[in-house]
Amino acid sequence: MTERKTPQLDELEKGKWPSFVTEMKKAAAKNPASEELLGLLEKSYEEKTGHWKHGGIVGVRGYGGGVIGRYTDVPEEFPHLTEFHTIRVNQPSGWFYDTKALRSICDIWEKHGSGLTNFHGSTGDVILLGTTTEHIQPLFDDLSEAGFDLGGSGSDLRTPSCCVGPARCQNACYDTLEACLNITNEYQDELHRPMWPYKFKIKFSGCANDCTASIARSDCSVIGTWRDTIRIDQDAVKQYVAEGMDIQDRICDKCPTRALKFNPESKELTVIGEDCSRCMHCINLMPKAIQAGKEKGATILLGGKSTIVQSAFMAWVIVPFMKMESENDFEEFKDLMGRIWEWWDENGKSRERIGELIYRVGMGKFLREVGLPPVPQMVFRPRANPYVFWPQDEITK
Amino acid sequence: MAKIDQGPPDYKKMLPPIIKDNYGKWKYHEIPRPGVLKHVSDSGAELYSVRVGSPRLVSIDFLREICDLADTFCDGYLRFTSRNNVEFLLSDPAKVDPLIASLADKGLPVGGTGASISNIVHTQGWIHCHTPATDASGIVKAVMDDLFEYFGSMKLPAKLRVGLACCLNMCGAAHCSDVAIVGVHRTIPRINDEKVQKGTEIPSLVACCPTGAIRPNPKAKSVTIVEDKCMYCGNCYTMSPGMEIMDGQNDGCAILVGGKVANARSVPSFSRMVIPFLPNNPPRWPEVTDAVRSIVETWASNARQGERMNEWIERIGWEKFFTITGIPFSDKLIDDYIFSRETFRTSAAFKY
Repeated sequence: MTERKTPQLDELEKGKWPSFVTEMKKAAAKNPASEELLGLLEKSYEEKTGHWKHGGIVGVRGYGGGVIGRYTDVPEEFPHLTEFHTIRVNQPSGWFYDTKALRSICDIWEKHGSGLTNFHGSTGDVILLGTTTEHIQPLFDDLSEAGFDLGGSGSDLRTPSCCVGPARCQNACYDTLEACLNITNEYQDELHRPMWPYKFKIKFSGCANDCTASIARSDCSVIGTWRDTIRIDQDAVKQYVAEGMDIQDRICDKCPTRALKFNPESKELTVIGEDCSRCMHCINLMPKAIQAGKEKGATILLGGKSTIVQSAFMAWVIVPFMKMESENDFEEFKDLMGRIWEWWDENGKSRERIGELIYRVGMGKFLREVGLPPVPQMVFRPRANPYVFWPQDEITK
Repeated sequence: MAKIDQGPPDYKKMLPPIIKDNYGKWKYHEIPRPGVLKHVSDSGAELYSVRVGSPRLVSIDFLREICDLADTFCDGYLRFTSRNNVEFLLSDPAKVDPLIASLADKGLPVGGTGASISNIVHTQGWIHCHTPATDASGIVKAVMDDLFEYFGSMKLPAKLRVGLACCLNMCGAAHCSDVAIVGVHRTIPRINDEKVQKGTEIPSLVACCPTGAIRPNPKAKSVTIVEDKCMYCGNCYTMSPGMEIMDGQNDGCAILVGGKVANARSVPSFSRMVIPFLPNNPPRWPEVTDAVRSIVETWASNARQGERMNEWIERIGWEKFFTITGIPFSDKLIDDYIFSRETFRTSAAFKY
């Protein structure tokens, strides 16, 4: 292989943070497409612009999503990048791997693709970065044999993801990993065969710390919570005091609802249970002393999305508390998803996210038609204008 | 015929024995040193996680290297985090220091815990996307080199999340990050009538424009753009290859600050624009790295302990934020998009 000159990229091999250029060069030593990718990126650095065209439709037999077609606009200069498609592979819940599984992905990708990957894409999938159209089906066949399946892309249920949950976190209020796997398996058809107005993302976070950023980047955000009161171990509180923690300043004064009282004489911390909004701050700072309540479940929020088209939305509450139990196969959650998707499919415009549809037609209509009771937890505050749509069956005739 | 609809591998088969035994029974955790978490279960079992920074864009050689380390030190188990760090899961505390020594040999940084700057969630950029206004991997490398000391230490007032999106689609959670770097265009799309005719459904193209700047042009079987209504979001190029928007001379980055997703103390918040444009200046993007460092260090030296970027700004007021950071305030920062009204100060309470 000829030595390609990449002075700008070479600059990014310096410095202490691990270099993606070094990674690209490792792949380039074995694969001509990866070698050309270095050249293409150097060209982008010179011209300060991208060199990828709109994707065509490529995929595997039986699926409508999971592969993103990508073609360079300068194929004469970089013939191995004429086709350079991305494959999304559905990650295991919580991104837990054993090395056998990880090595099998490496072997398959060495055989069929560029040797470059993203661990992971923002939605959660393993990204296999760069292969040709003719390799897609054999690559999928080998992945399938090794126990992997493709993730979502296009107007489908995208690959759900979850935080580390009960596998390693004392804060988990439901089994995020099991919910994620169960629900991914339940909706394989919706994930692999796009059939909706636009994309739909689900993310599972075990508590309100929201370590998957579900409220910002999933249409349906499932955030673990509890309905009773936090539990405080007074001996452990005293231990924190002995270690020098200023409980009044660091804990009580930062409590958003001022629900915590500290008695400096007795060194006891008490909570006004009904005032707590379960923000997690005190639990985060005193994990040995404070625990979530016992009656656990999740808050369901809907509508999170990025800017296009109607501005960015953060998901908002549609069900304040729902049990999330593997024993009943997450039945209540699935029942709700079914109703929401049917309504969106019926009413949504092309490329209209669920949040935008609700914004267009109003929460009132959404709640009535999906069958959810309106509750004050859905709003920060009630409307300030008097322009109310009254259903005709509620007025005197 | 390959098996279809089999779904992801079962995570239960990928968990180390200590996690299987203590699943859902964790009592508390502590951070004995930056980059190392110690989780203790009800039974007293101790799990050590060593968190390692990754460039996210990695080769299979990198993956095999971390597999070797996981085989040597962790019985073959590891995981990745939601910010694309690698975590080695150890049940034997005696192996933590040797693992860290091996990681140091390989130039892999340990950190990203507690009041640190963890990995930058980012996107494809010029590596693989067709709509970027800037690169992703290059800026991330330049910023992380510059702020490297904050990855492996926990000396900030609170955690600081940096996100990068290479265009206004804002893939990832840049719109809810303490500091967000977002690729922006500044010139209107160049309409290629022939490409629009060939590959575009015109009503959908017209409908995709958030400001209604696109009008049908029946004569040319294409569209026109009302120039002064376009704010260069690039959504029409996403819809049609005939609406090219990338412009090497005028594309660049905006900086937004004060977003967060956690509910702790204050409700989740959007990031807000403070710098409307910085040029693309590869390979090191010095204007971007300087701006980010300046904001981070101004926050770090002024915020109270435990106060995240948005909490600091809300306490001192945005007017003070601009004074202290020395960032000029301009008309570009006053919202004129959807929901703009809720951003206006409908009150006489403010500071000078």
